[in-house]
Amino acid sequence: MPMAAAEIETMIKAALPDALVEITDLAGDGDHYSARVVSESFRGLNRVKQQRLVYDALGGRMGGVLHALQLSTATPD
Amino acid sequence: MSDDVQARIATAVNSADVLLFMKGSPLFPQCGFSSRAISILDHLGVEYATVDVLQDAGIRAGIKDFSDWPTIPQLYVKGEFVGGSDIMMEMYEAGELLELLDQSGIAHS
Repeated sequence: MPMAAAEIETMIKAALPDALVEITDLAGDGDHYSARVVSESFRGLNRVKQQRLVYDALGGRMGGVLHALQLSTATPD
Repeated sequence: MSDDVQARIATAVNSADVLLFMKGSPLFPQCGFSSRAISILDHLGVEYATVDVLQDAGIRAGIKDFSDWPTIPQLYVKGEFVGGSDIMMEMYEAGELLELLDQSGIAHS
């Protein structure tokens, strides 16, 4: 069962309230997404730790129901 | 997770300077993310080994605990987890993958 883009965004924002989340449905099939997440929480963390915060926010769905999420993380300028 | 699988993974990541856990083989990647990871390694002109997790259900599940990372592919350099394909691409574009290889004393083109 794929996840809706809005559901992904809601889960990320629940864990990272300041986050700017931009989700693109890459294939138009509701199953292949890219997400860009910008949050102050990432400051000082390496890329692996930044992405882990997002994966944690998705509560185990990543790699499961959510197979194809291309992810990029950044801190606000 | 069985200790046996974790031990096999530890042996694998220490068996090659550059190791990619992926779905499929370098010639026939079975997933777009694995395909992208292979393209990056090929562009770097570095020697690498791969483990096809589709051939081993134990490793496919165990690698996610080993690295505390939920997705495949996963890149290891000198036994250290580097990241998945998105991180590989960002590091490649920033020149950081080449830096990492240089710092690790690994030859590349």
